Amino acid sequence: MLKWLEKNLPKIVLAPSVGLISWFVYGFILWTFYISFTNSKILPKYELWGVGQYVKLWGTRKWLIAVDNLLIFTVLFLVICIVIGVVLAIFLDQKIRAEGVLRTIYLYPMALSFIVTGTAWKWILNPTLGIEKLFVDMGFENFTFDWLVNREMAIYTIVIAGVWQSSGFVMALFLAGLRSIEDEIVKAAKIDGASLFTVYWKILIPMMRPVFFTSFVILVHISIKSYDLIVALTQGGPGISTTMPALFMTQTAFHKSQVGLSAASAMMMFMAVAAVIIPYLYSELRRENVS
Amino acid sequence: MSASTNIQYQKLEKRSRITNLLLRWFLYFVLALFAFYFIFPMYVMLVTSFKTMDEIRQGNLLTLPGQLNIESWAVAWGGRGYGAGDTYLRPYFWNSIKMVVPATFFSTFIGALTGYVLTKWRFKGDSWVFLFLLFGCFIPYQAILLPMARTLGVLGISNSIIGLVFVHSIYGIPFTTLFFRNYYVSIPNELIKAARIDGAGFFKIFFKILIPISAPIIVVTVIWQFTQIWNDFLFGATFSFGKAAPIQVALNNMVLSSTSVKEYNVDMASAIIAGFPTLIVYVLAGKYFIRGLTSGAVKG
Amino acid sequence: MVALSIKELSKNFGSTEVLKKINLDIEEGSFLVLLGPSGCGKSTLLNIIAGLESIDEGAVFIDDYDVSKVEPKDRNIAMVFQSYALYPSMTVRENIIFGLKQAKTPKDKIEKQLEKVSNFLKVDGLLKRKPSQLSGGQRQRVAMGRALVREPRIFLFDEPLSNLDAKLRVEMRHEIKKLYTSLDTTMVYVTHDQIEAMSLASKIAVMNEGIIQQLGDPQEIYDQPNSLFVADFIGSPSMNFINGVLNKNSQSIIFTPNNENNVKLDLSHYNFKSSIEEGLKVVLGLRPEYVSNMQNNDNRNLSKISLKPTIIETTGFDKNVTFDFANTEIIGRFTPNSGVELNKEIDVYFDLSQTSIFDHQTELRL
Repeated sequence: MLKWLEKNLPKIVLAPSVGLISWFVYGFILWTFYISFTNSKILPKYELWGVGQYVKLWGTRKWLIAVDNLLIFTVLFLVICIVIGVVLAIFLDQKIRAEGVLRTIYLYPMALSFIVTGTAWKWILNPTLGIEKLFVDMGFENFTFDWLVNREMAIYTIVIAGVWQSSGFVMALFLAGLRSIEDEIVKAAKIDGASLFTVYWKILIPMMRPVFFTSFVILVHISIKSYDLIVALTQGGPGISTTMPALFMTQTAFHKSQVGLSAASAMMMFMAVAAVIIPYLYSELRRENVS
Repeated sequence: MSASTNIQYQKLEKRSRITNLLLRWFLYFVLALFAFYFIFPMYVMLVTSFKTMDEIRQGNLLTLPGQLNIESWAVAWGGRGYGAGDTYLRPYFWNSIKMVVPATFFSTFIGALTGYVLTKWRFKGDSWVFLFLLFGCFIPYQAILLPMARTLGVLGISNSIIGLVFVHSIYGIPFTTLFFRNYYVSIPNELIKAARIDGAGFFKIFFKILIPISAPIIVVTVIWQFTQIWNDFLFGATFSFGKAAPIQVALNNMVLSSTSVKEYNVDMASAIIAGFPTLIVYVLAGKYFIRGLTSGAVKG
Repeated sequence: MVALSIKELSKNFGSTEVLKKINLDIEEGSFLVLLGPSGCGKSTLLNIIAGLESIDEGAVFIDDYDVSKVEPKDRNIAMVFQSYALYPSMTVRENIIFGLKQAKTPKDKIEKQLEKVSNFLKVDGLLKRKPSQLSGGQRQRVAMGRALVREPRIFLFDEPLSNLDAKLRVEMRHEIKKLYTSLDTTMVYVTHDQIEAMSLASKIAVMNEGIIQQLGDPQEIYDQPNSLFVADFIGSPSMNFINGVLNKNSQSIIFTPNNENNVKLDLSHYNFKSSIEEGLKVVLGLRPEYVSNMQNNDNRNLSKISLKPTIIETTGFDKNVTFDFANTEIIGRFTPNSGVELNKEIDVYFDLSQTSIFDHQTELRL
């Protein structure tokens, strides 16, 4: 008996984590998946109802707005974060004197919660007392900045806050990537007569392909999960103009008592994330096995 | 060499020097611009928190307060002193502490053991187990909110700090496992083999050999977990309300409570209080924070 | 004419003096090897010649022009790196012509050069591949191709063979030698491997601690090392060093090894640079090939001593035999048929016509 215990100890030690994750991650997702095919309202029902919830979901105006917002946000968030991240990383790679200080400044927003970020930016973008008043006081009398309460523009305030929070992270990734390149390549390029711009554009940035990939995956992931920031900054408003899938899911489950519908929206979110993550994990693991 | 080659060399020298200088200035300018963008909100939060509401209405985002008015800070932290309806951060701050410490401990400990097994006690299919666990890092939590809410109810720990500790410990496991696994992978197996030859068993190797050299990754993991859990809103808002809420939920409630007069200075002070612990950790142990971000992300 | 000239060059990294007032002139068409242990400053010197490092004091002249402040790309040089430094995201073809494109060379000239070089280095079949798809030797050749295609005045090599395995290293060394003989361009080559240095160089600069210890052609440095450091660094197995004292009388100069007062070696034939004082403490250097069982009776500078071997190593074409002598170990090279056996006394002949004598204190050649 004791021998068996000793031999299998590693697996026994592993069992709690595997067990917990199996149940609370995979099991729970399966449960939600199942419920999405039922007509559950306040409480879960277990008779299958077919794809009715999904049909209903895609016929719900609020959900369509949420998805639309998600697309706009994701594209802008992704592009702007990566551009800023790459530019800052390249600039910081130039042997800047205040590099440490600047790095700290660019990255500290990541230490804050989205609620804190949302609260701060909500104040900054305050229609009367925020940015607008600042510019008016500086002499631009007719300046207005009411994006926060403007149905069309509110989504872009979320982009501004989101970019502020996350571009430092992209910068950190790219800086680490640039620093991992041995300097002999840059020396060779200098001797070959490449200008600094060419060195980055033609040599170093193409070598950063894996980092682009990683950044893309992580940013998309953050974007799909956006919840805290929206709640703090706009509560999904004005009206429902900045609602997002995560918000939709919570509201349908806990305020509208539509558990089945909420489960369907949760599964849509899950599938969106899986579509990005699974190829990523697959290629990463393949790369690790090859090398 | 010929004179014309000499002149060519001279011209090349001069040109590089001037362009270098201009580029340098441009570089610092852009970096400073971005520094401003990033610091601006923190500056505004601080400055606003020390102003009176009159000063806020008369001035603008950038103006400094006449004097450092700490009233908003006192209100944010301890409230105004009249009974019900008065929300302030102090109790929720402690809720978060009571939640973060155990949850960080449990998830880190389990992650360390799991990483240890997966790297030093290999077996067939262990990569799949790792992948299985890793997936947990990426799932949108919306996919588990409903069943978790029910489970907490069934277990009798819904709307409690213990419930939140439970949730955070579990969903921290994939991350902590990722960190420790990646760290232990690069520790030579010979170390373990030598210990086994010396007669050490599973747990002895873990506690006497691996843990003592795990300081860097323990710091990274603890900082990561602390930050994630302290900053969480989704779990806090979904699984607790009222007295057991963590600080981010309380902050959001305070800011959103649309009573007659909006007190922006109190809002800002509250936000800073809520963000302070993770910010301090970042300032003091920044490089570990960054290491956690980049290693977790890059290694996938 | 002098292709490369270094004058009073000094370089510091922080408070460390890495190069101390280096002076060096290199004739056009010669193959100069900067040889020395790690940290001697050879790579720094190479980087300064290339323009990749700044100068603290002194100047670098290429073809009589002071290039100290000129960018690397304008110095008419090319460099081959230890790690090859090929651009990973470009094909072999793009790697090779990259420099030409940066210099805005006309398309047809680029094609012509590319063809010439890829045929010469036999990489024409690899043009479409990426560096990750090449073997070590192929990468090395592509790196050389990239340098060659620009037809530079000076080729610089920074320990290009250190990353290769032993067999490949010998092959590539031959390739580089062939390149040199067919091109006749000036080459500056950095290495810590003295065999590489000896086989490739037309001139070797032995460096240590930021200064050039000796500059000369390989045979000169081998036969007439001017310091203990150079003598020890060059040659494998290394030179034997015997501490002792010089005594002179009216007719001859005698060397007596410490702890072996019976042995008297006649050094009267030795070409001392200046007169020596009586009783001077010296170090006698004798290469292993001059400690042997072979005797040549008309060589009047042969001394015979009887010694017992402590270690015998067979190399195939001879035997390296170790003896205890004068409180130190000396190595001799014996013919395979010498009948040498462990602990059996045998006659050892010291060929004193090929010694180097060094002052014990200054470590310089006398």
